[in-house]
Amino acid sequence: MTFRQIAVPTLAIVIFLALWEALVWVMGWPNYKMASPSDLLPAYERYWSLFLTMGWQTLWRTVVGLLIAVVFGTALGMVMGFSRTMRDALYPLLVGFNAVPKATVVPIVALMFVGMHDFNTVLIAFMISFFPIAVSVSIGLSTLEPEYRDILRSLGASQSTIFWKIALPKTLPEFFGALKVAVTLAFIGTNLMEIVSPHGRGLGALFDSGKTNSDYPLMFAVLIALAFLGIVLYYVVVALEKIFAGWAERPQG
Amino acid sequence: MTNLIEIKGVRHAYKTANGPLPVLDGLELSVPEGGFVAVVGPSGCGKSTLTKLVAGLLKPDEGEVWLHGEKVKSPRSTVGMAFQNPVMLEWRSILKNVMLPLEIVPTKLGRKEQEERARYLLALVGLEGFEDKRPSELSGGMRQRASLCRALVHSPEVLILDEPFGALDAFTREDLWQIMHQVKEKEPFTGVLITHDLRESIYLADQVVVLSGRPARTQFTLDTGISGARDIEHLYTPQAAEMLATLRHQIEIAQGRAPAEAPA
Ligand SMILES: Nc1ncnc2c1ncn2[C@@H]1O[C@H](COP(=O)(O)OP(=O)(O)OP(=O)(O)O)[C@@H](O)[C@H]1O
Ligand SMILES: [Mg+2]
Repeated sequence: MTFRQIAVPTLAIVIFLALWEALVWVMGWPNYKMASPSDLLPAYERYWSLFLTMGWQTLWRTVVGLLIAVVFGTALGMVMGFSRTMRDALYPLLVGFNAVPKATVVPIVALMFVGMHDFNTVLIAFMISFFPIAVSVSIGLSTLEPEYRDILRSLGASQSTIFWKIALPKTLPEFFGALKVAVTLAFIGTNLMEIVSPHGRGLGALFDSGKTNSDYPLMFAVLIALAFLGIVLYYVVVALEKIFAGWAERPQG
Repeated sequence: MTNLIEIKGVRHAYKTANGPLPVLDGLELSVPEGGFVAVVGPSGCGKSTLTKLVAGLLKPDEGEVWLHGEKVKSPRSTVGMAFQNPVMLEWRSILKNVMLPLEIVPTKLGRKEQEERARYLLALVGLEGFEDKRPSELSGGMRQRASLCRALVHSPEVLILDEPFGALDAFTREDLWQIMHQVKEKEPFTGVLITHDLRESIYLADQVVVLSGRPARTQFTLDTGISGARDIEHLYTPQAAEMLATLRHQIEIAQGRAPAEAPA
């Protein structure tokens, strides 16, 4: 990572915060309309231990949900990628499932598994995020050019060898593209559960308590903390992509 | 001498949205052990399809393909193939691409010898120094040469080359012709070469087969009268000029641009 790669985004964030501060100041908005960055610091100061524990709860439940989505989505994508029949059969089901707004699923899940908050949250994070992974893996596998297969097939290689040596690595760039979408979705799923069906855990719950107590700076502070976590998760995926699918990146210039 | 490759009355049609597309119809071809046959024919007549049938990647609708006295039902590891479209695995270095067949085919070579063999072949085709590069950093002609190394690395009994030098400039191409003769002398193989370069066909092969237009059948066979290595001067002899003229005429017939005549 070069100095430029760190300095440019940092500067962009600083400018964004300055503009935000200026906007609130110029418009003369009170706290309950729009908190400004300078209001957030006291909120973090007062509740920092809550931010840490609840941030951690949000984080681990998102990651677990995402990991399950990766395993399940990849398996489903493989089934659909290798079998035309399965693809034709499962696609409409998947699309329908994905189209159901997850906010409507949250209360149902909360009722089905009353009291199992961690399980519920992970479940929603998983349900909302496996779709892009399954689709990308299935498309990656089903659109693998026959020329690639033929290199190994002409030597009498087995289907599983072809999968491990050709299909899987070839699909990795698409997989990571989908994972970047999925990680954000899983994060949204976790927060959805925490906010719509509050149970005192996660940053969503902290947001909810801010709402109940009309603590507007706290609400904004939670939003920013969520954004921060989202950025961290996203860039972890980007780093993994660089390691495992860096070859797909075109050299610049 | 036995015929190592034997194609008998092969018919093949691709299934397309507009119904079956007959590509090969009544194809006959035999290559003796250690022989080298060049196949020429109009574009789209079914030459690449022919290579896939020999490699066992496709099954003929009718007729039979025999390798080594066995009917070909599926691909086998004694075949080395350089495809017309020389795809490389972009996530591997050139060296690792060339070594790929050794990961599939049983080999007596140890890890180090495998690498030495791949490096040796790459140097042979003029790719020394490119071993650790990614395929995307190579030109089309360089990728084609690497793909040739990949076809040779496991010392196959049968070598199938589908327009292997198409993307090369004339000089590099002539170098590689000589290299092919060298390789064949050291590690004898039975070869099928698809090409659209008539000079290449008579310089490399013992026999040149002209296919008709689609659906292709064997239209004409020419014996070059030599086997094994030959001097590049050979291309400038009167006999060579005569062979080229004959082949050119046959291609024109295959393209439907000259009337077919009773074979002399
Ligand atoms: N997988 C496929 N499905 C359907 N049609 C195909 C397929 N592969 C090839 N064809 C068709 O079969 C015919 C013969 O193709 P083939 O690739 O064997 O020709 P070729 O002689 O190698 O041509 P060229 O000299 O241009 O390489 C062409 O008309 C092509 O469009
Ligand atoms: Mg072809």
